[in-house]
Amino acid sequence: MTTSTPTTNKKIESVSGITVRLCGDSGDGMQLLGTQLTNTSALAGNDVATFPDFPAEIRAPRGTRAGVSGFQVQFASEEIFTPGDTLDALVVMNPAAMVTNIGDLRKGGILIANEDGFNDKEYKLAKVESNPLEADVIQQDYRLVKVAMTKLTREAVSDFGLSTKIADRCKNFFAMGLVYWLFGRSLDPTLRFIEAKFGKKPDIAAANVAALRAGWAYGETTEEFSESYQVEAAELTPGTYRNIMGNQAIAWGLIAASKLSGKEMFYGTYPITPASDILHELTKFKNFGVRTFQAEDEIAAIGATIGAAFGGTMAVTASSGPGIALKGEAMGLGVMLELPMIVINVQRGGPSTGLPTKTEQSDLLQGMFGRNGEAPMPILAPRSPGDCFEMAVEAWRIATECMVPVMLLSDGYIANGSEPWKIPDMDELPKIQCSHPGEQEGDEPFLPYARNENLARPWAIPGTAGLMHRVGGLEKEDGTGNVSYDPANHQHMCDTRAAKVAKIAERIPEQDVFGETSGDVLVVSWGGTYGACHTAVNRCRQAGHSVSHAHIRYINPLPRNIGELLKSFKTVLVPELNAGQLRMLLRAEYLVDCIGINKIQGKPFAVSELVEAISQHTSTQQQSKAG
Amino acid sequence: MNLPVLKAADFASDQDVRWCPGCGDYSILAQMKKVLPDLGVPREKIVFVSGIGCSSRFPYYMNTYGMHSIHGRAPTFATGLKSTRPDLMVWVITGDGDALSIGGNHFIHCLRRNLDVNIVLFNNRIYGLTKGQYSPTSAEGQITKSTPMGAIDHPLSPLSVALAAEATFVARSIDAHVQHLGKTLKAAAEHKGTSLVEVYQNCNVFNDGAMAYAQERKQRADNVIELEHGKPLIFGADNDKGIRLVGSHLEVVNTADVPADDLLIHDAHDPNPSIQMMLARMRYPEMPEPIGVLRSVSGIPTYNDQINEQVTQAKAARGEGDLAALFRSGDTWEVTA
Repeated sequence: MTTSTPTTNKKIESVSGITVRLCGDSGDGMQLLGTQLTNTSALAGNDVATFPDFPAEIRAPRGTRAGVSGFQVQFASEEIFTPGDTLDALVVMNPAAMVTNIGDLRKGGILIANEDGFNDKEYKLAKVESNPLEADVIQQDYRLVKVAMTKLTREAVSDFGLSTKIADRCKNFFAMGLVYWLFGRSLDPTLRFIEAKFGKKPDIAAANVAALRAGWAYGETTEEFSESYQVEAAELTPGTYRNIMGNQAIAWGLIAASKLSGKEMFYGTYPITPASDILHELTKFKNFGVRTFQAEDEIAAIGATIGAAFGGTMAVTASSGPGIALKGEAMGLGVMLELPMIVINVQRGGPSTGLPTKTEQSDLLQGMFGRNGEAPMPILAPRSPGDCFEMAVEAWRIATECMVPVMLLSDGYIANGSEPWKIPDMDELPKIQCSHPGEQEGDEPFLPYARNENLARPWAIPGTAGLMHRVGGLEKEDGTGNVSYDPANHQHMCDTRAAKVAKIAERIPEQDVFGETSGDVLVVSWGGTYGACHTAVNRCRQAGHSVSHAHIRYINPLPRNIGELLKSFKTVLVPELNAGQLRMLLRAEYLVDCIGINKIQGKPFAVSELVEAISQHTSTQQQSKAG
Repeated sequence: MNLPVLKAADFASDQDVRWCPGCGDYSILAQMKKVLPDLGVPREKIVFVSGIGCSSRFPYYMNTYGMHSIHGRAPTFATGLKSTRPDLMVWVITGDGDALSIGGNHFIHCLRRNLDVNIVLFNNRIYGLTKGQYSPTSAEGQITKSTPMGAIDHPLSPLSVALAAEATFVARSIDAHVQHLGKTLKAAAEHKGTSLVEVYQNCNVFNDGAMAYAQERKQRADNVIELEHGKPLIFGADNDKGIRLVGSHLEVVNTADVPADDLLIHDAHDPNPSIQMMLARMRYPEMPEPIGVLRSVSGIPTYNDQINEQVTQAKAARGEGDLAALFRSGDTWEVTA
């Protein structure tokens, strides 16, 4: 198999960035296409950000709007933080994909359609009356390029004797080839991918290669395109990079934390979207001492996690909102037992089953308060796919330092999104100290609930002579850990568990700010909205507005300087993909009248809508200044 | 090395036992303390894990490691603990409500996984700690605080459930029958794989005498049949009754009326649980209820062995995990200044 990319003889136009979305039926291989385009672009040195968007149903009825699966990627020669708002190019494989996505294509953008996917049967499935490509508005507003992808793919693979059904499956590689031509991408990484994935089925591999090359050649020869586009490499911090997805970064961060603390890991979980990929990733790494347990339900998953923590192992469980609800009682036990563990919530749209494959930030208050009684847990929230690595390590560090279950709040947007990630040097990451008290002789009673300067109790583990003790969900007597119903003791223990979590603020970094530390408007955000908020604030600043941005990664406790920071701005805006949960916490804690920018559509913020919302407040202030 | 010889008293914690006077739990606690020294396992290597309910206070009274967890979930904590610490001897203490109502799911899955722990299920056929509601093992028609017109649920048999889950060790004993109880707990401890011991336990406050037919010495001989592997099924005060297998059901016969060869010989080691299931289904008053080891099958891999074996195999096949290599696996690129 040759692995060279031909060079184009057509004109090449240089652009700073491209946002493209690939859409088709769930079975059309759009996620594969998107992932390949992302990796190839990252390897070309572009900064990339992705947004896969797919239905919850494995195979929603073919050809329908419900079955449309999409993958959006932005690649750029400058640092970017979002997968982009409006599309420069849209590839659609059928009418349903077109009508559900055309609204996001910018005027003048390129619309590439597989015209073989547009016929009466498909119109009916997509519930459109006639060919939507022929609408006047489409012809006027966009650069429509119709390509007979199915037919051309069949011709390209005709030498391999495949059935029509199998041959048609290659058409996503044809589309890929065309897209690669259009954006000057190398075919090589995808040729290597085909070799690795289909190497055992040589005819399929060869057919996919043929389809890919045919797509490229089509771009080169068709008169529809007079030029292709080139995006130069971005200037990133020097180092070795790879592309990483959020869930993958969490899994790798956990493995790194396990190594840094000298502990093997136990991961107890129950499959749930969008958290399951952490399990799939971790279970590959048994040679790192990772034990994964697919439990009978969410409660068993966290129960086993707590059991492993009691035994002295690094213990982790993960779920999404509905599963976290089921784990609530056991998390409360974890708080009472004061054992270190990590509880990961990869949030999705709620309530109830909600929108399993769509993103949302609506479990913050569940994380803060979703347990009976006074049961505070530290909460950390990564801000991007790559940041999931660092925050997973940080979660384990805090858990062991404070002997407390720590919640890591990710979300579907960063879990499935990807970005270039600078590979860390393991030798430079600080070790995580984990120690267990040793054997004790004589009659001196062991005090399992004695505390150190962090208010953490000793992690005494079974098997250690002389330290036999009993833990449980009944209130503990201070020091001895025996069951106690004493009113003053209960107050003391509740206060102590709260103080232990609050004290973490002394050791986490102060909140950093993008922009000035005082001024007109402060945008405060958390979690996966980082990229959109950062980009929007940057744009507003470039337009001359007095806007700063604070993105919070440590949510409970909040960084110690947050209160002062909030009070240094005339207006505090809190954009969230929920009805105002962080805003409620900030108002309650600091009595600052924050204003929410809230969206609950299962979709991330577009930069443009944030710019608009922020501008309303900055212009108001400018007017009031003028007045 | 001379290990100190432990006595029952060494296993008593410094906590006051707070069950009701006359509760059957005292007897189980006493037998446990008596059996443990014989097993030769140091106290620090033993962990008692319990759920919620009267029985589940048990760990507080043992001078070992212990965890009093949440309702119905004890097997889950035991799963995480034993999977990561196979060196520990883990006991799960539970009750009929804890194991069969709220925790029914975990009970089944622990058994089918064959985790090497010992489950002791205190069955008093009533909710004690919540003060007298009916339980999943309460008799049909039983009048309780929550069933003033009689319970309409059909009772569940933990032995039948365990056999259906293909548990590798299934036994029953009785709080008041202390020698038998001690012997059964010991057999459970020695079994590799999940052991289930159902213990008929009298709640003298909310369900006093519900199992008197089996607990009282005078009635026991006629209402209970003590199973021993390889021995014929004979019971009765004068050993005058036996069990015979006819077709696909069991029947009570007078030993005087049938040839000795006709009596069913108990086979606890039979991997096929069909006849063991018939024994589990023998109910008072129509039939004597079996006690002892219904099933004890060895050689079935345990969950904890297998989860650790996979780690060992992976390390042997691929070497200890190397993070730097993992991070650089697949496509990477260099950015230079």
